[in-house]
Amino acid sequence: MTPLIEAHDVPYLPRGVRLQADRVRGIRVLQAPERAMQLDQIGEAILSELDGRRSMEAIVSDLAARYQAPADQIAGDVRDFLSGLIERRMVFVKDTT
Amino acid sequence: MKDLAQQPRDLDGNPVTPGLPMAMLAEVTHRCPLACPYCSNPVELVRAQSEIGADDWGRVFRQAADLGVLQVHISGGEPGARRDLAQIVGHARDAGLYVNLITSGIGITKARLEELDRAGVDHVQLSLQGIRPDMADRISGHPGSWDKKMGFADWVTEIGFPLTINAVVHRQNMERLPDMIALAERLGARRIEVATVQFHGWADLNRAALMPTREQAGFARQVVNDARIRLRGRMVIDFVPADHHAIYPKACMGGWGSTGLNVGPNGTVLPCHAAQSIKWMQFENVQERSLSDIWHLSDSFNAFRGTSWMPEPCASCERKTVDFGGCRCQAMALAGDARATDPVCSKSPLRDQVVAGAEEDAAATTADFIYRRMKKGG
Repeated sequence: MTPLIEAHDVPYLPRGVRLQADRVRGIRVLQAPERAMQLDQIGEAILSELDGRRSMEAIVSDLAARYQAPADQIAGDVRDFLSGLIERRMVFVKDTT
Repeated sequence: MKDLAQQPRDLDGNPVTPGLPMAMLAEVTHRCPLACPYCSNPVELVRAQSEIGADDWGRVFRQAADLGVLQVHISGGEPGARRDLAQIVGHARDAGLYVNLITSGIGITKARLEELDRAGVDHVQLSLQGIRPDMADRISGHPGSWDKKMGFADWVTEIGFPLTINAVVHRQNMERLPDMIALAERLGARRIEVATVQFHGWADLNRAALMPTREQAGFARQVVNDARIRLRGRMVIDFVPADHHAIYPKACMGGWGSTGLNVGPNGTVLPCHAAQSIKWMQFENVQERSLSDIWHLSDSFNAFRGTSWMPEPCASCERKTVDFGGCRCQAMALAGDARATDPVCSKSPLRDQVVAGAEEDAAATTADFIYRRMKKGG
């Protein structure tokens, strides 16, 4: 499957999609139309970076610096994770062309 | 001793372990301007005077959130038939729930939709009975429904709500599925649910007019598969296939009493919206007991939890934790026994009979409906 996001694209959470605490289960969830997705720490870390201003590339380099991990590896994880959510229409990409 | 008495048990007395619910369907009224012949409401409809109030709903939503519910689907009937809908929505948001509004779009003005936006509706799901006025108005039994719906869809987009189109398909509109998907695209919907009619309640009364043919079921699957590829990243397609033509039954509710619950207009709490078709089962009410107690301790929710209650061929089937024996209400309707293997399963001894019955219904020439209406005096 071709990825649905490129390095220079700016991902964001559209209206109707939000990060929320699941206080009963003690985790974070992504709330979206008729779907609540339980997040692990990696998913939460990636989605917390989505501010509608920074590109995926910038988010990857910030995460690489913070977690002292190779940017290449993080780039792959972020791209796959976001592609999955874009496919489900839970993350949108700003038109930057 | 108390612990022993409080141990949740299935209908055979086997101990079960309830999980936590994620989603709640709140059917705030059974009143509806439409009369769809496959309505998912029970045949015995709850009347307006028995509906619980907005503050009662507020209490139920807070109990639901404490119990682990994350999303509420506010539905009906037509939820817009309640004048206090915005108040109900506000209570749900205050409780921390994500609010999906499930509507026909009929009877909600633009001003009211803006009020619902302020009250905190997160997402709107709009039903679609057909394409064009002639088909949509005939199926919904409501002249003018198509035009009103299209107007409503424009307001949804204008306000900016995420939109899901819910297209219910059956023998009399299946050919137009490609047009329904195209319409959802044109309306800017993020999702479309293509749901083949499930034959419970009202739909069961209309089997001969609604049952799709095997060819139609195959056609729908092909259309959905093609559209999923074409629309990848643009629109999500959720599909409920015609299960009378499937190999295995649907995993109804993801397992009885496992992740979802339904609260009806008068506060009756059901494990699924069709559960009242199981006549011997007693259901409890939020006016008498807390939602948490009903979820964890009621006989109705515990009856089919786990896998110990299952008869053969389910008990020794490797799919018993995949589809949970299928749908209890369908077992009730087709086998006359709510604990039987869902008769649409290819392993059920009743399978051949079910398929023959479905093919007979599909070949029927009648197009006339028994419309869903409240009896006079409601």
